[in-house]
Amino acid sequence: MTAAAMAAFAATLLTAGAARAQEAMTLDERVNQIFAEVTGPFVSFIFAPLYGTDFPWIVMWLVIAATVFTLYFGFVQFRYFGHSIRLVKGDYSDPDDAGEVSHFQALATALSGTVGLGNIAGVAVAVGIGGPGATFWMILAGLLGMASKFTECTLGVKYRNEYEDGTVSGGPMYYLSKGFRELGLPGGGVLAVLFSVFCILGSLGGGNMFQANQAHAQISGILGDYPGWITGLVFAFVVFLVIVGGIKSIARVTEKIVPFMGVLYVGAALIILIVEYDKIGWAFGQIFEGAFSGLGVAGGLVGALIQGFKRAAFSNEAGVGSAAIAHSAVRTKEPITEGFVSLLEPLIDTVVICTMTALVITISGQLITDPQTGRFVLDEAGAAIATIDGNTGVALTSAAFAEGISWFPYVLAVAVVLFAFSTMISWSYYGLKAWTYLFGEGKTKELIFKLIFCAFVVIGAAANLGPVIDFSDAAIFAMAVVNILGLYFLMKVVRQELRSYGRRLRSGEIVAYRA
Amino acid sequence: MTTRLVVGLDGHASGERALDFAVTQARLIGDCDLVVAYVIEWSPFSFHSAEENAQRHKRREEEISTVMSRVIDPAVKKLEKLGIKATGVVRHGDVADTLNAIAKQQKAAQIIVARSSEGGFSSRIFGSSTFNLVKGADLPVTVVQ
Repeated sequence: MTAAAMAAFAATLLTAGAARAQEAMTLDERVNQIFAEVTGPFVSFIFAPLYGTDFPWIVMWLVIAATVFTLYFGFVQFRYFGHSIRLVKGDYSDPDDAGEVSHFQALATALSGTVGLGNIAGVAVAVGIGGPGATFWMILAGLLGMASKFTECTLGVKYRNEYEDGTVSGGPMYYLSKGFRELGLPGGGVLAVLFSVFCILGSLGGGNMFQANQAHAQISGILGDYPGWITGLVFAFVVFLVIVGGIKSIARVTEKIVPFMGVLYVGAALIILIVEYDKIGWAFGQIFEGAFSGLGVAGGLVGALIQGFKRAAFSNEAGVGSAAIAHSAVRTKEPITEGFVSLLEPLIDTVVICTMTALVITISGQLITDPQTGRFVLDEAGAAIATIDGNTGVALTSAAFAEGISWFPYVLAVAVVLFAFSTMISWSYYGLKAWTYLFGEGKTKELIFKLIFCAFVVIGAAANLGPVIDFSDAAIFAMAVVNILGLYFLMKVVRQELRSYGRRLRSGEIVAYRA
Repeated sequence: MTTRLVVGLDGHASGERALDFAVTQARLIGDCDLVVAYVIEWSPFSFHSAEENAQRHKRREEEISTVMSRVIDPAVKKLEKLGIKATGVVRHGDVADTLNAIAKQQKAAQIIVARSSEGGFSSRIFGSSTFNLVKGADLPVTVVQ
């Protein structure tokens, strides 16, 4: 009944939309203009350059934090990598806890919120502007970001709220308030409130509008151009059914299909790379050369570096704090074990999947180079590399995959829509948790947030990519500002946990249940 | 020495058949107690939404409580009325693996289950729980028709 109603709803919208195309374009433009004006000052502040340079201070903030955590925990992401894998496999899981949220499930849920358009469209944006060299910085950011994720997810489990009815709530807002109070530090409550505000904005931006925007770009690329608000309304309706209507079957089907689509995406990228194996060495050459010379992209080396770091942070969300909300549901007596598991997230998301997208785009020849100099040709605006059909974002990735597998854009379109939907559902939860932290639990309060969330789906689909991407990045990076500040104060708690756990693991006090 | 038998229940008539058979065996053995077990099918490698994860502990407790009140407690009471010492256990996991693990943990002499009503495509591909138990158990298994 639901499917039939949805189909009828979509058909009505499409018919009405075609008849009012002219009017709708005006509406899209109006939404876009108002959106850009409203969010402009916030975006400008977050991406303000460091004094006397072109380097945004926020990117430096993330890189320094990831480096500090990597050094402070003695390269935990490499030392405990094998142990992390064993934890995910369930080797250390108590059989008596069967039926609780496993490490694998917490990781998979967190990944379903991060693996998605950031890996497909975000990487295309990074490579399109920063060139293949951005990939190098993206990988480096991913590897360093593993330590950030480790820190925040350990704290997420340690300081979560466990309610009498058995449900849990966790995340930066809880560890900032409870952790600071435990250490006798002032300001934890203020940071928690600030984080919650930015988390709500992030959930409406990167977790919602960016997804709706790129899903519309993908669908209209196949069906032909039509107003974005139509896609927005259809998406908003389905999201409404899940988060307000409580129709879990839709979410459940999505949760099962999304991992399959992820595997399909990586599989397709692998097939293209295997077929074009002779170009892989050249592509890595472009990545390394571009990382340090820029190969003619706008901004040169710094341009590649900024794009790489920005996209990695947007894709894997290390240091942002969102994953700590998802990971805090796991059942474990040792909070640090969830930290170990979570550090695999940036590895899977950025180092593996994003790199594959970047390699496919680089190998595809979609980015236009000057045959004389080997350097990239910039587009008319001089801001990005010119592409064969002028594609950007997800359309560039789609065109790159089509060079290897002609029918893959259709699969990609389905994947993008599902990834977008899955990310929206995840972020609606993150946003809701921040909302209830601020305003308290209650059905009416929750409904208000959910309705706002659905409204932003329509706005995101109708707005142009530029303002949406800027706002999405700004909102998510604003979360990182507060979260990382708190992590600096709380990281000694994590180090105590790490030392205690490491000592007990070496002494044999902590043993695996399975060899 | 007391002989211990583990009986796998499924909340259906097939489980009742297994229980009846176990009662007969217990009487024949004499010094024998029964462990009635119910395994809630669950995999640590399944996928859930963040909201489902947040409520998982609560759901797990509810699942265990429901099985206890509807399947295990009535079975234990029935056995006690018949003068047979019995305990109940509810676990989550793969049915075959978990029943085997319970039996090993309880140092049971054998596992008694009924032929399950599972059928169709999935059981042809993955095998039924009963078949998997017979194939992989570390101790004798009796399958009641």
